[in-house]
Amino acid sequence: MKLTLKVWRQKNNADKGGFVSYPIDGISKDMSFLEMMDVLNEQLTEKGEDPVHFDHDCREGICGMCSLHINGKPHGPQQTTTCQLHMRSFSDGETITIEPWRAKAFPVVKDLVVDRSAFDRIIQAGGYVSVNTGGVPDANEIPIPKKIADEAFDAATCIGCGACVAACKNASAMLFTSAKISQLAMLPQGQVERKDRAEKMIAQMDAEGFGACTNTGACAAECPKGISLTNIARMNREYFTAAVTTENV
Amino acid sequence: MILDSKIPAGPLAEKWTKHKFNMKLVNPANKRKYDVIVVGTGLAGASAAASLAELGYNVKAFCFQDSPRRAHSIAAQGGINAAKNYQNDGDSVFRLFYDTIKGGDYRAREGNVYRLAEVSVNIIDQCVAQGVPFAREYGGLLANRSFGGAQVSRTFYARGQTGQQLLLGAYSALSRQVANGKVKLYPRTEMMDVVKIDGHARGIITRNLITGAIEKHAAHAVLLCTGGYGNVFFLSTNAMGSNVTAAWRAHKRGAYFANPCYTQIHPTCIPVSGDHQSKLTLMSESLRNDGRVWVPSTVEMAEKLRKGQIKANDIPENERDYYLERKYPSFGNLVPRDVASRNAKYVCDEGRGVNETGEAVFLDFRDAIKRDGEDTIRARYGNLFDMYQQITGENPYQVPMMIYPAVHYTMGGLWVDYNLSTTIPGLYALGEANFSDHGANRLGASALMQGLADGYFVIPYTVGDYLAQIGPSPVNADHPEFDKSIQEVNDRIQKLLSIKGSRTVDYFHKKLGKIMWNECGMARTAEGLKQAKADIKALREEFWKDVKVLGENEELNQSLEKAHRVADFLELGELMIDDAFNREESCGGHFREEYQTPEGEALRDDENFAYVAAWKYLGEGQEEELHKEPLEFENVKLTQRSYK
Amino acid sequence: MSWVTKTLNSTLGRKLLMALTGIFLILFLVVHLAGNLQLLIPDNGESFNIYAETMANNPFIRVVSIGNFAFILIHIIYAAVLSRQNKSARPVNYATSKASTNSTWSSRNMGILGTVILIFLIIHLRGFWYEFKFGEMPTAEYGGMIYKDGFKIVSEAFSNILYVVVYVVSMGFLAFHLSHGFASAFQTLGLNHAKYSPLIQKIGTGFSILIPALFALIPIVMYIQSL
Repeated sequence: MKLTLKVWRQKNNADKGGFVSYPIDGISKDMSFLEMMDVLNEQLTEKGEDPVHFDHDCREGICGMCSLHINGKPHGPQQTTTCQLHMRSFSDGETITIEPWRAKAFPVVKDLVVDRSAFDRIIQAGGYVSVNTGGVPDANEIPIPKKIADEAFDAATCIGCGACVAACKNASAMLFTSAKISQLAMLPQGQVERKDRAEKMIAQMDAEGFGACTNTGACAAECPKGISLTNIARMNREYFTAAVTTENV
Repeated sequence: MILDSKIPAGPLAEKWTKHKFNMKLVNPANKRKYDVIVVGTGLAGASAAASLAELGYNVKAFCFQDSPRRAHSIAAQGGINAAKNYQNDGDSVFRLFYDTIKGGDYRAREGNVYRLAEVSVNIIDQCVAQGVPFAREYGGLLANRSFGGAQVSRTFYARGQTGQQLLLGAYSALSRQVANGKVKLYPRTEMMDVVKIDGHARGIITRNLITGAIEKHAAHAVLLCTGGYGNVFFLSTNAMGSNVTAAWRAHKRGAYFANPCYTQIHPTCIPVSGDHQSKLTLMSESLRNDGRVWVPSTVEMAEKLRKGQIKANDIPENERDYYLERKYPSFGNLVPRDVASRNAKYVCDEGRGVNETGEAVFLDFRDAIKRDGEDTIRARYGNLFDMYQQITGENPYQVPMMIYPAVHYTMGGLWVDYNLSTTIPGLYALGEANFSDHGANRLGASALMQGLADGYFVIPYTVGDYLAQIGPSPVNADHPEFDKSIQEVNDRIQKLLSIKGSRTVDYFHKKLGKIMWNECGMARTAEGLKQAKADIKALREEFWKDVKVLGENEELNQSLEKAHRVADFLELGELMIDDAFNREESCGGHFREEYQTPEGEALRDDENFAYVAAWKYLGEGQEEELHKEPLEFENVKLTQRSYK
Repeated sequence: MSWVTKTLNSTLGRKLLMALTGIFLILFLVVHLAGNLQLLIPDNGESFNIYAETMANNPFIRVVSIGNFAFILIHIIYAAVLSRQNKSARPVNYATSKASTNSTWSSRNMGILGTVILIFLIIHLRGFWYEFKFGEMPTAEYGGMIYKDGFKIVSEAFSNILYVVVYVVSMGFLAFHLSHGFASAFQTLGLNHAKYSPLIQKIGTGFSILIPALFALIPIVMYIQSL
């Protein structure tokens, strides 16, 4: 396959950045998208040009480190992670536009690499059950209906890649935040801190500068793990209930 | 130096309890006076950092990824073992201990493995309390499955994403301590060196991957939780960033490296599709429960297949060789990982490989689908089939899957004693980074167990014992040893950047990987190892003369990061060769062709090789020195594994 | 900051206000439509004019109508605030976007739809509400009582084809606004349920077609009658 790659290049956060086009040849349909990027980088390095920087690690769709906005969609044309996207999804001669995730809360570090530490701070605000190591009850002392456990699991499969923010026209982080709030709100272990958690995590989400949800559903449609919009509704419920019923004045 | 494993005396079942009592404690009010560095935030690192911070120590946690949640523990699929005996099927701590020792082909320490089995039950309790959504039965209690050929159902799982759920649990505990101010997080930061003062580890040197800043961090103890070194093979199921650098720098500062040649090669991975391949993807070995492994009976037929003249489904039953079922009638397709892997290699070496590269065998579900129906098979393996189709573009419901073994886990690592202390006092190694619990072969669902056992339940005790002994006098990074280390790190960076050669880092990494895979992979010979050693030396020389690293240090520079890691792999590779050469027996994942039974099975030499090979670094260009820690078995009888 | 202002100033609180005012305005549309459909009763405006007079003098309706204006204002102000927040959340836009593959056009353009509806609202209020309240109104007499003849004003206005076109087109915009807004308000309130959400979706779709269509029918019929 012969392709033209229109890649966002930006030396660092202070740099203005812009698109650079690279023709590339000899791409096999069996390559993953990131392997195609590897080929480009090998060629650039051989020519003495700075290779294109992008985040990636496990390359099996689970660590959530890869990103890339490909041809107008986060993680490209398929509902999967960029590392699991293969070149057979593209046609010979195509021009592929590759951009970083765009959000105020995800500043560009270099080229296609962005800083997603805002997600970590949202979790730090309350995305946990406060138990210390040791001294916990036997695992089977907390029975959980299978359906609840499965639903909590579905919410817990979020990989924190940020595609929801990238897809949302408002760069909103509600799907990410709601997935964690949902998981813990459904499980008995999460009940003790349930209300505080919702208030704190949402306050942090706002402080990071993410946009508001307009219920377009783009986040769920693009989520590589299929996290559902139900979680956002549940988060809203959790938050309003917490606001009205807690004694935090 | 005599290697003292510090296994406590007394009956096996009482060792850990007694040891916990005998260890010194740090006064609760004094805990805040101690600083602990944790490198790596996978299962071992995140659980250790969180647990130590909960106790009151000041923790600094480092990872090279953009977030602690990315660590490669996240990719583990199958599950985590624990001797809960919830299924009433005869499991016990002793049985888990016994299975692990036997599975490791009797090359692990009894004391460590027993402790692992003992604390395994606490891990499940801990994770459930954190909100990890394990699979459950309709009654609301936890579900278990049998995994990796075990005869009891002791594996806890969260669909095919157990590693992810456990890691996110540990990450949430870690995040809580970050919020509490007890853990300071350093993402996108790579450890470059360990700093030793008066023989004790007292800190590390790091590189900020965004700015290139070289920084020093002092602490009373340093924990390396940096995972395995499978990426020395270039192609492995490890994450792209997984590396040996932290462990290797520690090794060069005096920490012994144990059993580096013990590598686990997983039989059910998706085959290499071409030279562009950057990593390999594993599919759960549960596939072998229903899939039948085969290749054509003749080389001619295989050739036609490779040329695309015929398709797999065209090959008649009598021209198919179900070689595992033929050779191992009682275990069939369910033989252990090392046996399945080696046999795939044999048939491909004979020229019967089935894909273009000749390095693949079929894993066929045709008969299972005929027997149970497509829906049943979809319910069991749907996500794996989808993943296969996503990567290969082929529909495994209609054509047989193609699989080939790939490097998956490294049992070797930094030598540690019962306290997880390396040979440098104050420097600890946890999880896959150490060598301690899996012997020559790791059982399925045991890696997650070990990482969390080390982090949650072992290190909080043992590091406390050390800290209580050294006292809480403050440490700081003003000592000249820190500056000396910084100088060395800077020199190395400048050297890498100034070579300006003609070959990319990946060129060297791929070449190294080929040498390692061919000569130190599934089957090894003295002859091949000798050649490999010479080849690696030459490659390393070429690297330092001709590598091309662009850009500068003071920026995000992924080529420079990679160059550091590959430079270390080029040294580790040689040590793995030395270790494989030295071990003149076959055991677990280490198969020396010279040492096999007449049926082609691994032939151990318990008389001469029932020891841990721990290697001491002596200096640039010098052969490493071998130290032996004899393995004593008081509770199990050493037997030959047989799967006929 | 009290917990009330804190909650209402959070992103979710602002959305809550949008949803609540939106749902009120949806209800208002129903009531408004019910009244207006009386324009189509062939009694030369008698029912309509009596109805209008009754509504204008009912103290409860007066309070509600003040509330109605307040809700419209809140809906507009918070829409503006949230739009600004959303815009600033993505300072640099994508060069290429295939948003159409993951969301509906109306869901992404509620601001534009709302703005057009606002302009319509101004025209509408100036043309009718202002005239009714402060203009020189013709009168009509039914059963010995004098009523303001709103019907006359309306039928004169709708004999102008331009006016009719503006109304019909605006109702199109309203339809799109409602097609997303109806179900979206429930989602924001957290009312999402496997059993009921599909029903809400369907009602929303039906509502967003039916209500604007009936509103649009009035000027069309009155224009035809004027010919």
